[in-house]
Parts: sequence; C-alpha cells; structure tokens
Amino acid sequence: METNGLEHVIEVTGLRRVYGGGFEAVRGIDFTVRRGEIFALLGTNGAGKTSTVELLEGLAPPAGGQVRVLGHDPYTERAAVRHRTGVMLQEGGFPSELTVAETARMWAGCVSGARPEREVLALVGLASRTDVRVKQLSGGQRRRLDLALALLGDPEVLFLDEPTTGLDAEGRHDTWELVSALRDAGTTVLLTTHYLEEAENLADRLAIMHDGRIAVTGTPAEVTATEPSRITFDLPDGYHLGDLPPLGPMGVGDHTVDGRTVRLRTRDLQRSATELLVWARDAGVELRRLDVRSASLEEAFLTIAKDASAPAPHGATTEEYAA
Amino acid sequence: MSTTTTTPAGRMMSLARAELTLLGRSKGTLFAALFVPLVLPLSVRSAAEEMDLAEAGLTPGELVLPAAVGFSLLFAVYSSLVGVYVVRREELVLKRLRTGELRDAEILAGSALPAVLTGLVQCLLLITGCTVLLDLSAPSAPHLAVLGLLLGLVISAALAAFTASWTRTGESAQVTPMPLLIVSMLGSGMFVPLELFPDRLASVCELLPLTPVVSLVRGGWTGDLTAGESLRALTIALAWTVLAVFAVRRRFRWEPRR
Repeated sequence: METNGLEHVIEVTGLRRVYGGGFEAVRGIDFTVRRGEIFALLGTNGAGKTSTVELLEGLAPPAGGQVRVLGHDPYTERAAVRHRTGVMLQEGGFPSELTVAETARMWAGCVSGARPEREVLALVGLASRTDVRVKQLSGGQRRRLDLALALLGDPEVLFLDEPTTGLDAEGRHDTWELVSALRDAGTTVLLTTHYLEEAENLADRLAIMHDGRIAVTGTPAEVTATEPSRITFDLPDGYHLGDLPPLGPMGVGDHTVDGRTVRLRTRDLQRSATELLVWARDAGVELRRLDVRSASLEEAFLTIAKDASAPAPHGATTEEYAA
Repeated sequence: MSTTTTTPAGRMMSLARAELTLLGRSKGTLFAALFVPLVLPLSVRSAAEEMDLAEAGLTPGELVLPAAVGFSLLFAVYSSLVGVYVVRREELVLKRLRTGELRDAEILAGSALPAVLTGLVQCLLLITGCTVLLDLSAPSAPHLAVLGLLLGLVISAALAAFTASWTRTGESAQVTPMPLLIVSMLGSGMFVPLELFPDRLASVCELLPLTPVVSLVRGGWTGDLTAGESLRALTIALAWTVLAVFAVRRRFRWEPRR
C-alpha cells in the first residue's frame, strides 16, 4: 500500500470495460494515484476516459481487472467508499425545474458531513444564482453547480469528468485555482480533460489514453520529454538545406523541408538553436518566421492522436507507446 | 470536520422533498394525478346506474369507492411515477444520484414517495367523498381495506419502476402505462364487478395486479370476503410485488441508452 511513503489512493490494475454490444472501451489499463495528487486522464473522444472514470466511481463493475479506491472496491463495497468521494459527471444530472439552492439542499441531505450549501455555492461563484432554476443556467454555471455538489461532503477523493468543458477562460481559471487549492489541502483529484493546457497546469501526473489503453503516463515533464523540441524557419533566398551546418552534430534528430520552410526536430534544443543562430549571424542572413519551441504536451498528444486517425485503429499501434 | 453521517431514511426524505417540489411544478403530471382520479369515479357512478348491482350484492358506494381507489393508484401513482422515473433517467438525475451515498432502492423509493403520498391522500379524500355523497357505510372489515390500499400503493410503485425499465423516453412514458391502465379498468373489477363476469374470464381477471387490491378494498367495506378469498387476494398481490421488484432489480436502466 505504501510506496515512497505515499499512500496509493487509487489503484487500477488490468482494468477492462466491455459494453453490451461487445465494444471494448477500456482494454486493460494500470495506474495509481497517490494521496494529495492531481492525476489527469487525457485522450481524444472515445479514448475511454469516461468509461474508466465511471468504473472508478463504482457506477459499473469492470469486465476484467481491478479497481481499488481508498483500499476498497468502489462497486461491491460502495458503502465503504461513497461517503469519502465526490463525483462530477461529464454531464449534469439535475432536474431542470429545481433551483440551484433546492438542488444543493437535496444533495446535501444525501451527503455525510455536508458543508453548508451556501458556502459551497459561494466557493464556485454561484452565490448570486441560488434562486435560479437549473434550466436557466448557462452551460458553464451548470458545470460549477456540479462541482459544488461534488465538494459538498469535503471528499478525500474527487473525480472530475471534464470539469471545465463549457466554461469561459475566466471560469476555467477559477476552477483550476479551486482544484489546486483542494489538492494543497490534501484532496486527491482524478480528472479527465480535453484541454492540454489544463492537464499541463494542473496535473502532478497524467496519462494519455488512446483506443482504450494508456499510451503514455508520467509527470507532464516526463511525458513531454518523450517528444523532441522543434525549430522552424524559412530558408533565406539563395540558400539550400545543404548550406546549413551538418544537422547531426547540431543535435538535430530529423528534419523536413516544405517549400522554403524547414522544420528541425531535436532533443537538445539549446545546442541546435545556438548552432543555427551562430551560423545565421556568421552568414549574415535573416531566418524569417523563426520559431523555436520546446516539446509540449500538445505534441505528445498529437503524436498519439495521429494514430487514432491512422487506418489500423485497434490494437497494434498502441503497443509501441506502452514502453 | 463534521461527522454527521446520513441515514437511509434521511437520504430518502431529502430526495422525496425535491421530488415533491418538482411534482408541484409539473402541471401535466399534477393534472393527471389530481384531477383524473377525482373525476373518473363519476363515470363509474353513471355506469353503476345501468348495472344490476343487486345481483352482485353491492350498493353504488361499494362499487364506486374501490374503483376510485383503483383510479387513484393507476393515475396518481402508477402512470405519473413511470414518467418521473423515465424523465429523471433522461436528465441523468438517476445516474448522478447513484454516484453518491444513496443506494439503488433508496433512489427508487425516495423518488416514489411524493406520488405514493398523493395517492394515499387522494384515497382518503375519496373515502370521505363516497361516505358523504353515496351514503357509504363504515367498513365492516377495515383491516382488509387498509391492507388492500397499502399493497396497492406498493404494487403501483413497483410496477411503475418495472414499466420505466423498458420505457425509453419521456414521450413514450405517456403511452407505455396504457396497457396496464386499460386492462385494470376493464378487468380488475373497477367498472364492472368480477361477479358479473363469466366464471372462466373472472378467474383469469382475478390474477391481474390490481384485482386483489380492488377486492380487498371492496371486501373491507362489504365484509363478505371469506378468509380463503382474502388470503388468495393477498397472495396474488404479494406475488405481483415480488415479481415486479425482482424484474426491476434485474432490468431497471439507470442511464439513457447510448
């Protein structure tokens, strides 16, 4: 149970989920989430994120493998788990004719050790909307109401399925701050998201899912380190690729040329960029549209997502990421 | 940190309270649940005038009251609850509730409570109404009437959950309760007492889910139900309840189909 002195609050081993029609949405995944950590599940649509989270929430039994939340099976031992978890589903789930306050009151009556509803509604910025019917709320406000309900019982573990979808930039930042503060106070958070920025800003560790499997997992830095950095520029007039210094010794792994645009991929960005710029200065040329960027989560994500649209959608391609 | 833990009763009350608020805001359901069961008995009354009630040994009140209780169970409890379950599923409310501490049975029971209470209050009003307007005498075997009424409420709620299991949308929830409504009105002795049916047909109709309820309530007033007949009615009613609960446990859908 203890690794590096940190308790594993969520343990997933060999997890599989198969739907009625035989569709295998989750194809054997493993990961652990430590106490007080924010863990993000990233992935394209249909990658299996929500299917996975629902198993962790105990809404359905897995087709194979095992889930442990706080040391218990969330499906068969729900009574041992539910009062310690907070859940925000991907979509609302509120009667449209109840007001915000009535919805919160209803949920508070079903949550052990519930905090005062007003306090939680204020926390998510809904204090002025308590008498508004749910159907009149904007999509973003509904997301925040959902978050408020998930927080009502001061949960030890929080499951957030796309918590900021539908929120504007400001609302998204507010939610990030709130979730960070919860983590700092010791809450363990598992969230899914489409937004790479969200995972990069918020997550201590993340896993990118693709086609029901985990393609990569690690800290945002570890995951981005799997991808090379990029240098892009336009060749000056009258120059050819061969006029550049030898690419290998510059640390460049590979390159592409598209018209006059050159793209270099490197795992040693500082050396490659320095060599290139020193060359340009000595040659007295201007590298127009110069763009130097370190690897981002986006690149790691896109590399994996690219295979989602590749012709062989099942199995095969994912194996190479497993390492 | 506060350590107040919730109880099943507390959780169900909280849910029932929200559901009661919603019932008050749903004009259509409210109309069907409140108005229909109070008006339909009038049609039974006029039907009663064309019937030879003496042959069945019944006074008009003894025909109208059990029928009125039946209407109340069918409209205020059964069909309005089918709608409640289906709409809550469509709104993903049921799924949401299942992520929390509420157990499945608590969700179904808590949601049913307002409709069941409406049915109960309505039946009490109807009893008062029949007593005043139709010179209905006091019940001769009140325990049977009480038992019949309570079983009726439970059966109606359980059958509503069962009907909701295979009803896909709020719109189809307007239609799917129809078969039971029609079969019960025709065959459970609501308009026409089973005593006036051909024997073979009557013995089949006895097995319908609301027939034992109507018989027990009527028997509660007339007092002419033998111990064997009462036991038989009770058995049929319990069998339906068990069957419905079993089917719901296996078949109830908590989420809309994808």
